[in-house]
Amino acid sequence: MFVTRFLRPILTGVLLIAAGPALAINVERVKTPGGLQAWLVQDNSNPIVTMRFAFRGGAALDPKGKVGLANLVASTMDEGAGSLDSQSFQKTLEDKAIRMRFDAGLDNFGGQLQTLVRNQDKAFDLLRLALNAPRFDTEPVERIRSQILVGLKQDEESPHSIAGKAMREALYGGHPYGRPADGIPDSVKAITADDLHAFVSQRLTRDTLVIGVVGDITPAKLAELLDATFGTLPAQGTDWRLPKIRANTDGRTIVINKDVPQSAILFADQGLLRDDPDFYAAYVMNHVLGGGGFTSRLYGEVREKRGLAYSISSGLNPRRASATTVGAAGTANARVHETLNVVKAEWHRMAENGVTNDELKDAKTYLTGAYPLQFTGSMRIARMLVGIQLAELGIDYVKSRNAFINAVSRDDIARVAKKLLDANRLVTVVVGRPEGLPATR
Amino acid sequence: MPLFQKIFFAVLLVLTSVPEAQAAVFNPTTFTLKNGMQVVIVENHRVPVVTHMVWYRVGSADEGPGETGIAHFLEHLMFKGTKKRKPGEFSQIVARNGGQENAFTSTDYTAYFQTIATDRLEMVMEMEADRMTNLVITDKEVEPERLVILEERRSRVDNNPGAILGEHINGALFLNHPYRNPVIGWEHDIKALDIKRIMAFYKRWYAPNNAILVVAGAITAEQVRPLAKKYYGRIPAQPPVVRNRAKEPPQKAARRVVLRDKRVRQPSWRRSFLAPTLQWGDKTHVYPLEVLSNILGGGASSRLYRRLVVENKTAVSSGAYYRGDDRGPGRFVFYASPRGNVTMDALEVAVVAEITDIIKNGITAEEVIRAKERMVAEAVYARDSLSGGARALGAALASGLSIDDVESWPDNIAAVTPKQINEAAKALFDNNRSVTGLLLPARES
Repeated sequence: MFVTRFLRPILTGVLLIAAGPALAINVERVKTPGGLQAWLVQDNSNPIVTMRFAFRGGAALDPKGKVGLANLVASTMDEGAGSLDSQSFQKTLEDKAIRMRFDAGLDNFGGQLQTLVRNQDKAFDLLRLALNAPRFDTEPVERIRSQILVGLKQDEESPHSIAGKAMREALYGGHPYGRPADGIPDSVKAITADDLHAFVSQRLTRDTLVIGVVGDITPAKLAELLDATFGTLPAQGTDWRLPKIRANTDGRTIVINKDVPQSAILFADQGLLRDDPDFYAAYVMNHVLGGGGFTSRLYGEVREKRGLAYSISSGLNPRRASATTVGAAGTANARVHETLNVVKAEWHRMAENGVTNDELKDAKTYLTGAYPLQFTGSMRIARMLVGIQLAELGIDYVKSRNAFINAVSRDDIARVAKKLLDANRLVTVVVGRPEGLPATR
Repeated sequence: MPLFQKIFFAVLLVLTSVPEAQAAVFNPTTFTLKNGMQVVIVENHRVPVVTHMVWYRVGSADEGPGETGIAHFLEHLMFKGTKKRKPGEFSQIVARNGGQENAFTSTDYTAYFQTIATDRLEMVMEMEADRMTNLVITDKEVEPERLVILEERRSRVDNNPGAILGEHINGALFLNHPYRNPVIGWEHDIKALDIKRIMAFYKRWYAPNNAILVVAGAITAEQVRPLAKKYYGRIPAQPPVVRNRAKEPPQKAARRVVLRDKRVRQPSWRRSFLAPTLQWGDKTHVYPLEVLSNILGGGASSRLYRRLVVENKTAVSSGAYYRGDDRGPGRFVFYASPRGNVTMDALEVAVVAEITDIIKNGITAEEVIRAKERMVAEAVYARDSLSGGARALGAALASGLSIDDVESWPDNIAAVTPKQINEAAKALFDNNRSVTGLLLPARES
């Protein structure tokens, strides 16, 4: 039973990986005879191999009426493949301590595999089966579908989930980003086994695949395993690109009445895409505003000074086709209004004045100094290798990243803050019984 | 699953995930300073980073009457000023140096940590040692923080019917032992705690001889020793404190706790049995029960999931878990949530049938062999993360266990026999030492 002091700030999808001279992480490119490519960090300190991979294109591509398709695929691919039914497949994974899972984000379809070296052939072979010959038998599909439906039902009662749904819809309306990745009950019920099979053959293809591996394995052995695992996937799939869209930040305050003692609050404004030249300026700016743990402005003003909330933070959310700056807090109903006023004042202050010299200096030493902390576990590193590839930042990114952070100036931040942050444009969602807060919807 | 449980699982995983029998687990080095402060070092040289943790042998179960939540309240206030530093300065300095930090409170311990470049270890050590004895707090810090903690309680408990039920189950499961109180405290106590009481608590429990220093990462014991001596070694020892907790009487009646709440969309069922731990009750049953919980609830091929979720289709989820490493009484918990139109009664019958089956027919030798292999194999993963070993060792030591309890875990698991498991199960599953909890939607009105 733990009560921890601080909940992690939301930094959905923010990809900032850093490395400096002290970091002995060496990323090498592995090219397989079969034409696949992976990034590898060799590490023989433990007899473990960890792999993360992703196919471009995620739940945002789910067909209308079948929203939740990618998520159902991800949840059932490891429920039987080839000659192994669901229980045989799961039992083999568990008995060999092989960790395999798939996940469907809005932009990408991901997977991961972790195994002891001595079981690596078996582990990659099971992954090959899951990718190439998933069974989607009725029992497991219906079982998992019922679990997803229960999850969706529970989301209908969770203040944070309700707020998230309202925010998505406010920002993106009918665009795929306005829909939940795990679907809605009716669409989840409509998905058939044929849909699942079609998804696998059309979307899990080599042209969109990126791979990151960490662990006790040689490039030659890895190449062999990769070809065996991914080599038989179709060469090309359907188009995964989405048209760019600007989030509809129109200054609305949406209040959803719910009988809970604490209101869930979300707020959102414009952000920058990952490939925007000003992205790093936005990143440093957000760190000062609400991203910096115990030291951000929002933390200081909302929590430290006034005790308005236990958790308060902001983060950049750069998706492939649209970007926002988002924040969240939880506050007693009676103090929601005050909390929002403080948030808006901080939004305005940043937009008007940017950051101080000291703030910029502290943000840079934190962001660059904390880079090795992101390399403290195999899966974390593998995820970063995949993230860098998806964002097309280049294999040297690990070494060059801190220079991008250090190059950010106060003027850059002032310019970006003015562009992104506008307290009058901020969209706010409150779920609870906030007192004295007029809704503008 | 409540957040508490989720986080607990993460810790349990570390404690129970250790390498092959005969292999060492985290291979820590340890020594004790003259003032009684134990120091533990776990080397991990992947990146030039260390995790620096100070664990105090005090948790919410050591609180006195009327002061529930004081251990956690103090944990929050430890981030305020000292004689040397202004409020918030500690965090600013850590951040400015590229470090990350946090703290947590449990029933049996309170811990503070920073993760930072190895060459900054000395700096955080100086600051952590400073706040061990030099904390300065005034109403100016306490009052806003009290509001923060009340918000924390609202978000963890009041906004979450499952957590409200969890508090009531704990209150019923422990008749007298302080585990019956929530770590975060009861709201009326949080509102009433004052500086005088908090400072008294701080002075009583925060001392080098009641603390453990754990450093994990790219560093050696030889490098840590002079620093530990310099910063922690100079703090004088305090009179030893005794963790004198109210004792649990024999339990003689089955209890049932039902929460109906209009916010509940999916009902759930659980039964918690009061269980032995390495420091409470019959400790010979602990390792057999760990293996049993893995057989019953270890994953998608475990007994409960296979029978109730896959085969009978009675449940949408089902499993079991066991807490055997607490300082006081532990618990062995079965849980399930109904699928489709299955009634709660039918669900209960199905889970109880599984419990009865274990008592009557025992578990098979094959199940035991598989579970032990899995548990021992999973162990290798525990060493992968920087903080895994530090957390497992710190929690064990601060709860009153030894390094050897952690390091010999694989041998102890490997030695478990089916007979021991069956005996432990028979002794454990007595409904008169259990609480059944039901989370239900509000009745239609």
